[in-house]
Amino acid sequence: MTAARFPVEAGHIMMFARAIGDESPEFVAAPDIPATPLAPPTFVMSAAHFDPDYPLRPQPGEQWFGSGGGPGSAVAGSGALHAEQHFEYHRPVRAGDVLYPQSEPGRSWTKQGRTGELVFSETITRFLDAEGNPVVTARSVGVETRRPPGGPEGD
Amino acid sequence: MQPQAWVEPEAGVPTVSAGDSRSVVLVEDLKRTQLVMYAGASGDFNPLHTDEVFCRTAGYPGVFAHGMLSMGMTGRVLTDWFGMARLLRYGVRFRAQVWPGDTLTATATVESVEQTQEGAIATVSVTTVNQDGVEVVSGTADVRLAD
Repeated sequence: MTAARFPVEAGHIMMFARAIGDESPEFVAAPDIPATPLAPPTFVMSAAHFDPDYPLRPQPGEQWFGSGGGPGSAVAGSGALHAEQHFEYHRPVRAGDVLYPQSEPGRSWTKQGRTGELVFSETITRFLDAEGNPVVTARSVGVETRRPPGGPEGD
Repeated sequence: MQPQAWVEPEAGVPTVSAGDSRSVVLVEDLKRTQLVMYAGASGDFNPLHTDEVFCRTAGYPGVFAHGMLSMGMTGRVLTDWFGMARLLRYGVRFRAQVWPGDTLTATATVESVEQTQEGAIATVSVTTVNQDGVEVVSGTADVRLAD
């Protein structure tokens, strides 16, 4: 995740809250009550929208690997499984915040699985405010199976 | 059983002790449309979650939920109970895939309450199971109890 700037908008929080089936007034303000919604616990994942190079979003003029006339075909990296996800909240994220995500690779390790070698890798993303104070620290662990090419992949 | 309506968290500092537990039905008969909603809101448009044709070609029976949709839905059992502003840490492992048609129930259990310099902090375990009792998400959270 490499969004340079992640503006947190009330409408985006509303859409996200609806998508996770949680329309608590903390996240979706009633229209007649002016309030600043908080972002749900996993909302910062949607910083992907602000990453100009996010690979899991179709881009104009570029090949997309999903189905169209044909069935599509998996591309490298699209099949990594999400093994773990961790968030540390230094303060709640609110509509109106502007966050500056900084990602770096964390640890990586391997484990022997049933269908081949499992390769785990961490990504640490720090969501900072304009002053450089941490707001949310996210740690993702992805896993890919090293096996002959052509097998099914998943998220 | 319908997904439960939101209930306002208790005002003031929640009083909990080890062993206290709450469950929330997160979704009943998960629809593919909700996966599309999550893709749109999160920005993760991996066809594995929205494109049946692609999934069958890739060897899956069909689309399945983003792990982050399961984690996002599960967060509700924490924020309904304590409110978002009290959440200090929330982390999960993805145990099993979630499929359209699944009914998911999340349970949060207070494991311990520790007095720290910032006041009392509850460590809460979370688990989400499907209609067959299979755990799909497991994790822990830390919740600030002091104001």
